[in-house]
Amino acid sequence: MPYALRRTGQAALVVAATFVLAFLLLHALPGDAIVARYASPELGLTEAQLDQLRLVYGTDQPVWVQLWQSAAGFLSGDLGTSLQNGAAVESLLAAALPATVALASLGFLVAVLLACGVAVAATFSSAEWLRRAFRSLPPLFVSVPVFWLGIVLLQVFSFQLGLIPVINANPVEALVLPVLTIAVPIAAPLAQVLIRSIDDTVAEPFIAVARARGAGPRWLLSKEVARNSLLPTLTIAGVLFGELIAGAVVTETVFARTGLGRLTVDAVATRDTPVLQAIVVISAVGFVAINLAVDLVAPAIDPRLRKAVHA
Amino acid sequence: MSASAAVLLPRSTERPAARRRPALTLVLAIAVLAVALAWAIAPWLFTSQDPLAGEALNALQPPSGAHPFGTDATGRDLLARVIFGAANSLSGAAIAVLVGLVVGTAIGVLAGSTGGVAEEALMRIVDVLLAIPGLLLALSVIVLLGFGVTNAAIAVGVTSIAVFARLARSQVLRVRRSDYVEAAFGSGGSFLRVLWRHVLPNSLGAVLALAALQFGSAILQISTLGFLGYGAPPPTPEWGLLIAESRDYVGSAAWLTTLPGLVVAAVVLSANRVASAVRKATA
Repeated sequence: MPYALRRTGQAALVVAATFVLAFLLLHALPGDAIVARYASPELGLTEAQLDQLRLVYGTDQPVWVQLWQSAAGFLSGDLGTSLQNGAAVESLLAAALPATVALASLGFLVAVLLACGVAVAATFSSAEWLRRAFRSLPPLFVSVPVFWLGIVLLQVFSFQLGLIPVINANPVEALVLPVLTIAVPIAAPLAQVLIRSIDDTVAEPFIAVARARGAGPRWLLSKEVARNSLLPTLTIAGVLFGELIAGAVVTETVFARTGLGRLTVDAVATRDTPVLQAIVVISAVGFVAINLAVDLVAPAIDPRLRKAVHA
Repeated sequence: MSASAAVLLPRSTERPAARRRPALTLVLAIAVLAVALAWAIAPWLFTSQDPLAGEALNALQPPSGAHPFGTDATGRDLLARVIFGAANSLSGAAIAVLVGLVVGTAIGVLAGSTGGVAEEALMRIVDVLLAIPGLLLALSVIVLLGFGVTNAAIAVGVTSIAVFARLARSQVLRVRRSDYVEAAFGSGGSFLRVLWRHVLPNSLGAVLALAALQFGSAILQISTLGFLGYGAPPPTPEWGLLIAESRDYVGSAAWLTTLPGLVVAAVVLSANRVASAVRKATA
């Protein structure tokens, strides 16, 4: 399978290039990280002590040596050391990951349900005005600032309606509003793509044939349209993954939750470049892996793509 | 090109009619953008209140005739802060689009016109920029450049380089293959001249549509960075920062978050509406 091999090689190349770019970007800081962190007068460290710290963190080496060491570390699972608290980056990430995975996966699930609901209502509602109303929802969702949406949900459901306690909420209650917040920016592009692909599918001749043979809207949707409209949504899976990460950053900040997003925000605030570099590289690996999987799996789902792949 | 052409091309008869009576939502969107732009250019024409100085006795007043958007925790008029904030948010978005447009188009045109190894290398860089989630890329650039309004705008601009580069490259490839460009080369046009005379005018519509779309998303992203605290420092009136500052009063002063957020959403929605109109008109 030369296509799969070539595509995998391409993906590996992009990951490697992302690593180099992230490294150079975050190490091109004015002065070195040790000066930024330890040279403040109140710590009272001498120049010799700073040199020792440089030795410990390896920042006395030329950039390309550091790049090589960092790359070797990443490949063996050593993601570096946080400049802020000296902890191993991989253990910081491991501690933050479960909370974010729970938030992101539930948010994604809700987003898929929301998007499918909106897309079906926007294309199969009987009334014209209803279809129009649902069609205007995705552009609206895209335009709303996510952080603002979180605050408004908090305002309405916790403070005005009192449905979800602000203090002493149990883990499930504490997840409801964050999940809703993160779901909206994911649902919007998903619904947009779904609506477009349902429109395209409905215009196909085989739908007209099925209709002529007496198929009702429900039968059409479940047997003919759904299967054919789902494939285009796979193409934005990588983009949605990026949206999930951005959503986690914002949502965890708004609701003061711990997790990867919170870790990112703290890393930026304290210029903790090793932590940020690890998060950037891992996100890029996720994006590239998802796109690679979609490219390799799509021909298996849709026979029409097989020819194009071999051509 | 009269009666017979109209029969052959039914679409060409529909277009002028549509142009005479533009959609109501489009008119509304243009109006919203015009107001926001006017706020950014001459904010003092729209409010007599000071966006930075407030009276402490007047703090946390709900919306009223004197203060249509209410007042914040230090008694500053919220509407004045939103109006004066337009300059920061819109100019930031403009800088972001400009950065993405200029750098991205340069990369795309270079890739599309050189071909070979240079094209491969440039487009792999674009792949890398696409592989890093936008917000993380923007945050990395901010760590590099430092906090601030302009730096946040540049960071957001960097995230849009990749899409502009891809569009520019595809446009160059499309136009290069057309006969009249071959003819222009054949009649002795230099590469830059052909690019300027033929490729650029033919690609302008698609690029403008993307720029309009990016303008809306840049406003959103800049307000997100402002909310996270990496944009304008307080007490600068900036839309994202306004919402962040009012977060502590979410239980007692709902208008402080609701109203600025609605303004941001309306402007972004309008920018997106205009973008889709530009895309349809130039397609």
